[in-house]
Amino acid sequence: MMRTSRQLAVNKNPLAKDSKHTDSALTKRKRNDKNSGMIILGIVMSLFWFYPFFLIIINSFKTKAEIFQNTLTLPSGINAENYTTAFEKLDFVKSAANSLLVTVGSLVLIVFVSSMAAYALSRNTSKISSMIYFIIAIGLLIPFQGIMIPLISLFGKVSMLNQPGLMIMYLGLATSMSTFLYYGALRGIPKSLDEAAVIDGANTFYIYWKIILPLLKPTTVTVIVLNSLWFWNDYLLPSLSVNKAGMYTIPLKMFYFFGEFNKQWHLALAALVMVIIPIIILFIALQKYVVKGISDGAIK
Amino acid sequence: MLTNRSKSFWLLLTPAFIALLIVLFIPLMTGTYYSLTDWNGNTVGEFIGFDNYIRAFQDQGFIDSLVFTAKFSVVSVVLINVIALILATLVTQKLGRWTTVFRTVFFMPNLIGGIILGFIWQFIFNKAFESIGDLTSIQFFKGWLDTPETGFWGLVILFVWQMSGYMMLIYISFLNNIPEEILEAANMDGASPMQTFIRIKLPMLMPAFTVTLFLTLSNAFKIYDQNLALTQGGPYNSTQMAAMNIYNEAFSMRNMGFAQSKAIIFLIIIVVISIIQISITRKKEISA
Repeated sequence: MMRTSRQLAVNKNPLAKDSKHTDSALTKRKRNDKNSGMIILGIVMSLFWFYPFFLIIINSFKTKAEIFQNTLTLPSGINAENYTTAFEKLDFVKSAANSLLVTVGSLVLIVFVSSMAAYALSRNTSKISSMIYFIIAIGLLIPFQGIMIPLISLFGKVSMLNQPGLMIMYLGLATSMSTFLYYGALRGIPKSLDEAAVIDGANTFYIYWKIILPLLKPTTVTVIVLNSLWFWNDYLLPSLSVNKAGMYTIPLKMFYFFGEFNKQWHLALAALVMVIIPIIILFIALQKYVVKGISDGAIK
Repeated sequence: MLTNRSKSFWLLLTPAFIALLIVLFIPLMTGTYYSLTDWNGNTVGEFIGFDNYIRAFQDQGFIDSLVFTAKFSVVSVVLINVIALILATLVTQKLGRWTTVFRTVFFMPNLIGGIILGFIWQFIFNKAFESIGDLTSIQFFKGWLDTPETGFWGLVILFVWQMSGYMMLIYISFLNNIPEEILEAANMDGASPMQTFIRIKLPMLMPAFTVTLFLTLSNAFKIYDQNLALTQGGPYNSTQMAAMNIYNEAFSMRNMGFAQSKAIIFLIIIVVISIIQISITRKKEISA
């Protein structure tokens, strides 16, 4: 029995492989002809898209006089002096640490708070539950500027500005979207799974921690990707709520740096490149997750 | 189980509830009240009814900023989505390893914040364009951020460059979800690539438009950082967007109550536009 079935499988495979092979070879050739044109088009467009970065990078190595003369030529040499000055003036390490603290702190809060809320709402089909869901969804529509003034005034009154205040504000501003995303994912996780755990005697928080949260990992990636791009890059909210110079995040510091070194482009460009490069490297390393995170976020 | 009676249900919801309450709902309520007072940030404002709202609609600077924002949003939403669709179509061709390269390059501007993008393009428009102008002696390239028209296009170019890659990713994920058999069937029936795109891909992309239009519209309307770093609203406030007008009224002029009435008007406009847009695209989704 065993032998015959294996033989059958062996007999079947080459046939299948063969037909597939010729088929794909044919289409491949057909496609290749067409695609070299597409690749060239893509290369031209990519170069065009990348050109602003290229200009910034080459000019960041020039002296002030060189930039004044012509911005389109390559620098006469690699002049790292701009970078050392900008690194110092930008207080790069400290600013990056501040940005990192705010971003990571807010992310941790959001992941737990919104996944917990979404879990509760998705496992309760009562009217009250869907009403709460609706109230949370309202948050999606409210633009930040609509509440900016009273929000800052409120947090200022209770002395909750700077880093802790920022984290809580980001939490509140991002909760709606993140809960929404988690809720979508939780609908795909069968209730029977946690019901079985209840029968086994597990309590709600144990189930959330041990079963639900691990299953939500793909959504957590989405939540982290979307929110970290926002928190890391945001200028408006930190500009209103950070009032100690030692706590400036990168966008804030960059803004003051530009004001201080008005039109000293050689320093400004070095600072810009310095800020951009780590993010691009990080993106290339984590590209798979970023792309997946954004795609999943849109489809749900 | 997580019924309304169970303590766990409410415990799980509490943190989210508190966060939303103090960050969104309380400010929304106090803000509505502030907008009816002459509050200046320090003393308690006096109740003045709808005076601020009447004043806001007579404030030419505010009206101009709303018109400018609307124009900017329409132009950039159209451009972003057309370009993003083209990029997505290009990247979803069978390109082998180039797919990743192209996708990375097109998405890259989206990694960078508005302030930094604004400074990058300030350099391009002021310095690089000037060099091109010197080289070619074409007047077109000179003083790009010095006139309202070119300032407008400067902001549009910046924003299109920033957002197209993001929307491209969303279109790609929807394009990849179209079943291969449908496309093959169309191919067998002799449909040209253009016909396939218009007759098959576009209708199947309707759910994508709900998302991409919502994201581009609301992001375009709320834009502030890019505006600040690129033009600062100049020359003479001609490129000032609504968000910046509200910000300056509140934090430079300290007319908090008045600024808040503008903020509420702004909020209502965004909510109404979002609801209309979502209901229209949802309808299209169903019929398609």
